[in-house]
Amino acid sequence: MHALLGENGAGKTTLMRIAFGMIHPDAGTIEIDGAPRTFRTASDAIAAGLGMVHQHFTLVPAMTVAENVALGGRGRFSPDEARARVNETSARTGLQIDPDARVSDLPIGAQQRVEILKALARGARILILDEPTAVLTPAESRELLDRLRAFAKDGGTAILITHKLRDALDVADDITVLRHGRNVWSGPADQTSESALVHAMVGASAVDASTRSDRANVLGGPVLTLDDVTVRDARGQVALDRASVVVHAGEIVGVAAVEGNGQHELLRVLAGRLAPSAGRAEIPANVGFVPEDRRRDALIGEITLLENVALRGAGVRRGRVDWRHMRRETEDVIAQYDVRGGGTATLARALSGGNQQKLVIGRELEGASPALVVENPSRGLDFNATAAVHERLRAARENGTAVVVYSSDLDELLALADRLIVVHAGRVREVARDRETIGRAMLGADLPNG
Amino acid sequence: MGETLALLSDVLVRATPLALTGLAVAIAFRGGVWNIGADGQFLAGATLAAWIGVALGGTHLSLPLALLGGAGAGAVWAGIAGVLRSRFGVLEVISTIMLNFVAAFGVSYLVRGPLQEPTHVYPQTPSIGDAAQLPVLVPGTRVHAGILIALVLGVIAWWAMRHTAAGFRLRVTGANPFAARSAGLVNVERVTMRAFLLSGAFAGLAGAVEVCGVTYALYENLSPGYGYTAIAVALLAQLDPLWTLAAALLFGVLEVTAAALQREASIPSTTAAVVEAAVILAVIAVAGWRTRRVEQHA
Repeated sequence: MHALLGENGAGKTTLMRIAFGMIHPDAGTIEIDGAPRTFRTASDAIAAGLGMVHQHFTLVPAMTVAENVALGGRGRFSPDEARARVNETSARTGLQIDPDARVSDLPIGAQQRVEILKALARGARILILDEPTAVLTPAESRELLDRLRAFAKDGGTAILITHKLRDALDVADDITVLRHGRNVWSGPADQTSESALVHAMVGASAVDASTRSDRANVLGGPVLTLDDVTVRDARGQVALDRASVVVHAGEIVGVAAVEGNGQHELLRVLAGRLAPSAGRAEIPANVGFVPEDRRRDALIGEITLLENVALRGAGVRRGRVDWRHMRRETEDVIAQYDVRGGGTATLARALSGGNQQKLVIGRELEGASPALVVENPSRGLDFNATAAVHERLRAARENGTAVVVYSSDLDELLALADRLIVVHAGRVREVARDRETIGRAMLGADLPNG
Repeated sequence: MGETLALLSDVLVRATPLALTGLAVAIAFRGGVWNIGADGQFLAGATLAAWIGVALGGTHLSLPLALLGGAGAGAVWAGIAGVLRSRFGVLEVISTIMLNFVAAFGVSYLVRGPLQEPTHVYPQTPSIGDAAQLPVLVPGTRVHAGILIALVLGVIAWWAMRHTAAGFRLRVTGANPFAARSAGLVNVERVTMRAFLLSGAFAGLAGAVEVCGVTYALYENLSPGYGYTAIAVALLAQLDPLWTLAAALLFGVLEVTAAALQREASIPSTTAAVVEAAVILAVIAVAGWRTRRVEQHA
């Protein structure tokens, strides 16, 4: 098991795409089991026993698990055979999944299992996983990494592309660190340490992302107020149940929850992106919002960075668009938030995921809104960028902005939040800033009836 | 010399409805509305314009009323598909095509029934009054003022898409409605409905311009499939309004010269259709190739 570490844009994804035949190298060779190989397409790589799990899933949502696994095969398609193959691979690897489930109905963690299963069902012996834990809750990550360990023990090879040092040190046998496209460190995991890896990844300017700057509390008046707010989803199920939350100017409220407990709806109501089914929500008109699914909800890949910055406020703008002013604003965001890989006229999809995230955060933070709702702010960001974003969020708080942060990373919440609320089964509660208490509340373990 | 002038005038006359319907398609597609029904909206516009032109033919207001009425009728025709989509989730690809048939057969009925000319010999309406006719720009040719309307509207559409807030909303809604709603707080449903209406208005205006500028009457098969060719025109122009004008001119040249070649040299006019299709395939191939290059370098 090999972990590949590096900052945003260090070349991790590019390297793995070369290995998988999606990009052709200008120079150099690929060797598998000591034999040089050239892959013209991804199918060549699959035939050679490689399997790739992309950061963004490559599943067809409308199709079942078995159909997705059968996709890309040759000859006739037989539903029974496909189902049998899924069950067989499930049994072999312990990745439990219902072959007849529709992918769009599955939670993120299960979708990722389907991706891995897909690769394994095609006979992959070498698995490449691009940021697999980025979308998972801590418990799901734990399980995934255990599975990968087991896969490696059975003679497989897993290559884990990650930002998370802890994951790399915990599960990998060997670690390689990339910086600016160069291999800067490579060796066994037990011969290095967290600080040595940080140093290798970021060079000299490493910043500890987890320091919390305590300060004199200058709370302002309430900015976001929810009173007995209930939200029903499309099927009429109660997603958020009589939630009452007040967020004041000048504080950061952290939201902790296990995936699918109603936090998604809570954050959207707070951001003014979703109207409650019942109850009262007092939300200012232009709350800054950094959503979780940036490629769907925050950015438009086919338009330029300039136009993506102009997207904020598009709903209320009248008359002509002042593109000159917008260009200055965009240049500011690019410079201040260290967005690399393009200028104002670059298409957003040409940026790496981390740089897209920086652009979104910059756009929302520079919007001068009275409140800010952020979901997983550091997703896809490296150390320095994460630290910079945290610094910005704190600065926003000092300036009297009401900030709400949701993160699937408890450390991030503890580093940022002044107060913490937990959402479990649609109910919202405030809890003490204590790891154990939060963990129990997230699982509902502290409630009388479990 | 007279021959060349006649060809040139034919090209412009042919390009005008293609430009206006092409703009209709470009606007719709940019807004994420797959309006395949420009032909039906064209006929709806032509029908109302013919009716107004006949009924009010003598008054000075009849021309502007016919043009505006045509645009309105086209908008209503497209609006039906818009309501079907927003209320009942009916895909506009299907509903707009179906409405094409409704419009075509509706015209057949009208020109044989309520709107037929008084002698009841020909399946067409009587001629519209002189006051409802678009002025001829170059004496001795068929070049009419509708060309200017197409040009001006093309430039306005181009400018509006680029420089106005409403045009920007249209583009972002078409490109990614989720991000438009979430990041831009855009009222996506409203923008989509407006895209339907505006697109229909352009196509309806094309029909009105054809009646007031060229045929002066409504009859069956008024449109030789302008609304379908318009899709090719708009795609060739990559949905840019200015390029749509240029693409419409190119298609006008192809179709007119094809007819001339058939007359003079017995080359089948279907050759033009082959050339048109080849041009579109080439453009799509080049665009796809360029996109792939961009992504590989990303």
